[in-house]
Amino acid sequence: MLDLHHLQKHYSGQKAVNDISFSVKKGSIFGLLGPNGAGKTTLLRMITGIFYPDQGEIIFDGRPFAPLTDVQQIGYMPEERGLYKKMKIGEQVMYLAQLKGLSKAEALEKIKYWFEKLEMQTWWNKKVEDLSKGMSQKLQFVVTVLHEPKLIILDEPFSGLDPLNANLIKDEIYGLAKKGSTIIFSTHRMEQVEEICDHIVLMNLGAKLLDGSVQEIKQQFKENKFYIRLSEPVTMPDTTLFSVVDQSENAFTIKLHEGTRSNDMLQYFIQQSHTIEAFHEMLPSLNDIFIRLVEGTHATARAFHPANS
Amino acid sequence: MNKILLVARREFLSRVQKKTFLLTTIGVPLLIAAFYAALIYFQLKSTDHFTIAVLDEANVLSGKLENKKNEIIFQFVQSDTTTLKNKLENHTYEAYIYIPASFDITRGDSVELRSGKTLGMLTREDIERTIGKVLEEKRLLMLNISKAQIDSIQKQKDPIKFTSVTGKKETGSKVGISYLVGMISGFLIYIILFVYGTMVMRGVMEEKVSRIAEVIVSSVKPFQLMMGKITGIGGVGLVQFLIWIVLVFGIQFALPLIFPELSTSVQQQPVPSAGAQAATAVQNSGGMNSIMEALQTINFPLIIGCFIFYFLGGYFLYSSLFAAVGSAVNEDPQDAQSLLFPIMMPIIFAIVIMTKAVNDPNSSLAIFGSLFPFTSPIVMMARIAYGIPDGVSVIQLIISMLLLIGTFLATTWVAAKIYRTGILLYGKKITWKEMIKWTFRKS
Repeated sequence: MLDLHHLQKHYSGQKAVNDISFSVKKGSIFGLLGPNGAGKTTLLRMITGIFYPDQGEIIFDGRPFAPLTDVQQIGYMPEERGLYKKMKIGEQVMYLAQLKGLSKAEALEKIKYWFEKLEMQTWWNKKVEDLSKGMSQKLQFVVTVLHEPKLIILDEPFSGLDPLNANLIKDEIYGLAKKGSTIIFSTHRMEQVEEICDHIVLMNLGAKLLDGSVQEIKQQFKENKFYIRLSEPVTMPDTTLFSVVDQSENAFTIKLHEGTRSNDMLQYFIQQSHTIEAFHEMLPSLNDIFIRLVEGTHATARAFHPANS
Repeated sequence: MNKILLVARREFLSRVQKKTFLLTTIGVPLLIAAFYAALIYFQLKSTDHFTIAVLDEANVLSGKLENKKNEIIFQFVQSDTTTLKNKLENHTYEAYIYIPASFDITRGDSVELRSGKTLGMLTREDIERTIGKVLEEKRLLMLNISKAQIDSIQKQKDPIKFTSVTGKKETGSKVGISYLVGMISGFLIYIILFVYGTMVMRGVMEEKVSRIAEVIVSSVKPFQLMMGKITGIGGVGLVQFLIWIVLVFGIQFALPLIFPELSTSVQQQPVPSAGAQAATAVQNSGGMNSIMEALQTINFPLIIGCFIFYFLGGYFLYSSLFAAVGSAVNEDPQDAQSLLFPIMMPIIFAIVIMTKAVNDPNSSLAIFGSLFPFTSPIVMMARIAYGIPDGVSVIQLIISMLLLIGTFLATTWVAAKIYRTGILLYGKKITWKEMIKWTFRKS
């Protein structure tokens, strides 16, 4: 669906996006992660045709990206939400839909569908300034997906939403992906990414750090840690096989030493005639990976010099 | 192209549908009409008489002062200065003139007028003119010039006939009307540039502050958004002006019906400020007939055509710059002030040149001002009012128009560059230096 080749964008000497390449599969939910100021917004703006890359190439749906026509196929919800405050909601959505190339009749039909679906029918003659933050967030989502774009880009879609509405939107996102839309997510909320995304790219300081499916990445960053619970508390003897990282009563977090397989550890406990009640591998959370990778770089310092200045 | 129209339609409708639009569009002419109606009413109905007692012991003025205007009444009295002073305090008279028996007109003595309160400019001028005329006649008679001779001197009204080299007669009224037309159309364009220019700027700022700009530019190019906004607001301006013109003409037809006395008195009304010079020119060359004659010599289709061209050209040129400034400003409108200064300067400069150009449409300053595209929309209107080729040559007009179109394209290009960067930039105060840098950056 979308292939980026060596994208670069500079701002007054600073590399906001430095040589980024990845591809997004059709119908997948893709997560673009990174700390503040990593260059996510700049990257998304290039994909939406707002900015032109200094170097590199964007392949959209098999062809080089043509911003003038392809924007019809893209729905973009920027992190900074915005709607005309004084305009009636119905007219506003109609206007934005027409800007995306829909005819009046088409737009009206789709607006009706979405307003009914998200229980917004009574909003037509209201103004945005009368809506609560969560409500306008919902409206913004509708505006983004109304023209049934092939590619939907959502920058922090759940911020400001209560759990109920967040779930509602989440379900819609799943639904859209099932119907064949490709969705790019940008966020720094890792738990959502783990739950929703098929594939992620982590970027920091304008460069790509990680690229892969959530499972792959977790495997890649696993530390050979296992969780094991025995029937009764025991004192762990010293062994060359593993070391105990954490212990609470009869549950242990164990880190295997180099060359030890998990079976070796289990065998060790069985030989000691301990009863094993539970056992599973401990994979690092994306949050841990994120922090491990980003911490120590001067990412936080860079956040004070916004990448788009 | 289609998207520019979509944006323009929204900009147009969202403004025209507002209550404030209706209020200003209909309210402003009505307010002006009401103001004039009140002015005329008070002038027609005013019972304020200004009575001046004349104690003429030298018998200089007796029988010579006619009470033509009902505001000032001269009343000859046989009294003495003390009683007159008392009567002044009692407000029987507003002023008195005492001419002692020793008054000698050949010596050039001055007539003395004492008043209770300070006299207004116009009253003072009226009195001076009336009495001065009598004294002048007296002096001339003293020099043994007969009354018939004086009359024959005063009869000649146009000592010099102004004729252009092509043989056309240039009456004072034609110059006066041209002056008025030039002044009014120049000022109108000046007001348009300011009012609608700032409207564009505020619109851009609103989009930026409400953060909708990024949503919109993911569907349309920033250039389309900017042009749509400028076109839409320009449309609002045109519609507003058309309504005003219709209303003004309507009111002009309606006023004489409401005040039948108006048509007789209006010629005597002092025309305010800018028109004063034109009015005196008109008065000097005799009445309504020559005004009508002069109006016919004015090429109104040309003036209206040029007005629309320079209105649009000037508006597009400046509003794109206003849009650029709007895009560079953040939440704080104060920031706009310093950025606006370089844009305001040429407009103010233009109005200064324009006031010179209406007096002398072919001075080198006027020619420069009418060619230089940042001042030409205002200055050219002053010259065009004098017609072709008296005020401006065809070649100069064409050059001026081409320059304006060229500059309009250039400023739009520059403004679009600033706009597309500025509109998505938050939290930073932007200087002109940076904006110029954006212009030369390739996209």
